[in-house]
Amino acid sequence: MLKIKDLHVSYGGIRALRGIDVEVPDGKIVTLIGANGAGKSTMLRTISGLVKADSGSITYDDKELLGKPINKILEAGIAQVPEGRRVFANLTVLENLKAGAYLRKDKDGIAADLQWVYELFPRLEERHWQLAGTLSGGEQQMLAVGRALMSRPKVLMMDEPSLGLAPLVVQGIFDIIREINKQGVTVLLIEQNANMALKVADLAYVLETGKITRFGTGAELLADESIKEAYLGKKRAE
Amino acid sequence: MELLQSILPYLISGISVGGQYALIAIGYTMVYGILRLINFAHGDVFMVAGLVMVYLAGSMPLYFAIPLMIIITVALGFIIERVAYKPLRTAPRMSVMISAIGVSYLIQNLALYITGGLNKNYPAIPWISDRITVFGMETSRVTIITPFLTVILVVALVLLINHTKIGMAMRAVSKDFETAQLMGIKINNVISMTFIIGTFLAAIGSMLFFTNFIGVVPTSGAMPGLKAFVAAVFGGIGSIPGAVIGAFIIGICESIIKGLDTVLMVNGSITEQVGFATFSDAFTFALLIIVLVFKPTGLFGEKTTDKV
Repeated sequence: MLKIKDLHVSYGGIRALRGIDVEVPDGKIVTLIGANGAGKSTMLRTISGLVKADSGSITYDDKELLGKPINKILEAGIAQVPEGRRVFANLTVLENLKAGAYLRKDKDGIAADLQWVYELFPRLEERHWQLAGTLSGGEQQMLAVGRALMSRPKVLMMDEPSLGLAPLVVQGIFDIIREINKQGVTVLLIEQNANMALKVADLAYVLETGKITRFGTGAELLADESIKEAYLGKKRAE
Repeated sequence: MELLQSILPYLISGISVGGQYALIAIGYTMVYGILRLINFAHGDVFMVAGLVMVYLAGSMPLYFAIPLMIIITVALGFIIERVAYKPLRTAPRMSVMISAIGVSYLIQNLALYITGGLNKNYPAIPWISDRITVFGMETSRVTIITPFLTVILVVALVLLINHTKIGMAMRAVSKDFETAQLMGIKINNVISMTFIIGTFLAAIGSMLFFTNFIGVVPTSGAMPGLKAFVAAVFGGIGSIPGAVIGAFIIGICESIIKGLDTVLMVNGSITEQVGFATFSDAFTFALLIIVLVFKPTGLFGEKTTDKV
């Protein structure tokens, strides 16, 4: 289980996180919803080690991750799909996937996982020789997810995977998130598209200006009137 | 035929000089590709490679001196990055550039202090310094070897970058620091590797360059460094093939301008010396201005998308 306890983070002179507690149980899909600037990305970036925390603790299976270098956190089994996909446009699709397995030495395992990713995303296999920069937005998102999976993570953290994608493509991405989770990968999902995120999530947290204000199952929050008003928009609420 | 015969020596020496510039230019272009930094100290590291060779060759046989010179030069490149650039990784780009200028002057002044500003005679390297006759003209063997050696090294480098794990890491880091880190790539190691490769090639280049000249002075690196930099900009800074092609073009043009008086006199177009040779350096920098005006990204440069 990934556990975040009383985490304080300042980022660019702003106190972005003011003591948050989040638990991500193994095998679940946990989502964190919140407005722009609430600190969602900062939380993921702190878990990955890209941002230094002021205080608090982040543990995975009771091992402290805070203060560890980025590559050690990745080795501990926590991978991130960054916001805006950030595929290496100048590398081929296959090279991008191999970059995801950069720290691994087990050639057979890497080959097996490449097949796994190709099964999840047949489109990537078709285009494995293409430069990643020439892919469509949806394909790039598939590649970003596939690349993160190549490290064989136990926890996959995704930062706004639906950002800038057509609704149909977004649906496809969320189907894949379910599928990956079914295959045993824990998912921590950050989304502005709260509607989609809450539908797919087992557990959900609401983050407002650096603090957790609500917690519940995805279904609970989806049915909650105040959440509907704040994050789902009246028209989209069912 | 006579005209061709009169141009040929300048063409050949131009190709050779181009090869030497290329070996320096790669260092500029690779560092820029990854750090978006013009490493102003690169030309001075090139000069240090020359000086180190002078001192080492005085006290040991060349087959020890040459590898040791390469190792010392590479170590210097590595240390400069760790001491002067790495602490400024998150600082504005301008700060790193100023640091680079500082390192450049520091090296030049140290060299001045050590040599006393005197011209140090570069050792003759047997075989490659020998005089030979090609196409009826006399030249040293290094002139002929340089372009071939350059091409071999460039091909090896391109293979390294396109087909090895560290090469892939370099390409990934050059595109996106942060995401590369998320893959577990240690960017500091990759950056160090870039400096090691760049200074290694400059060290080889310095051997080929200085054997053709009388000696090394503390400012010996400035002009070749500057021209290699122009070559890198001309080819599109950040692009390795661009830097190599740019370097050969500049080397050839420069050399032909130097010989233009002689060529035109043989041709009968002019009857007395005009003094084109004086303008050979000016040509290089005029070229830089023209490139910057009409094609700021150079021959092979990518459209600059600033990293966020």
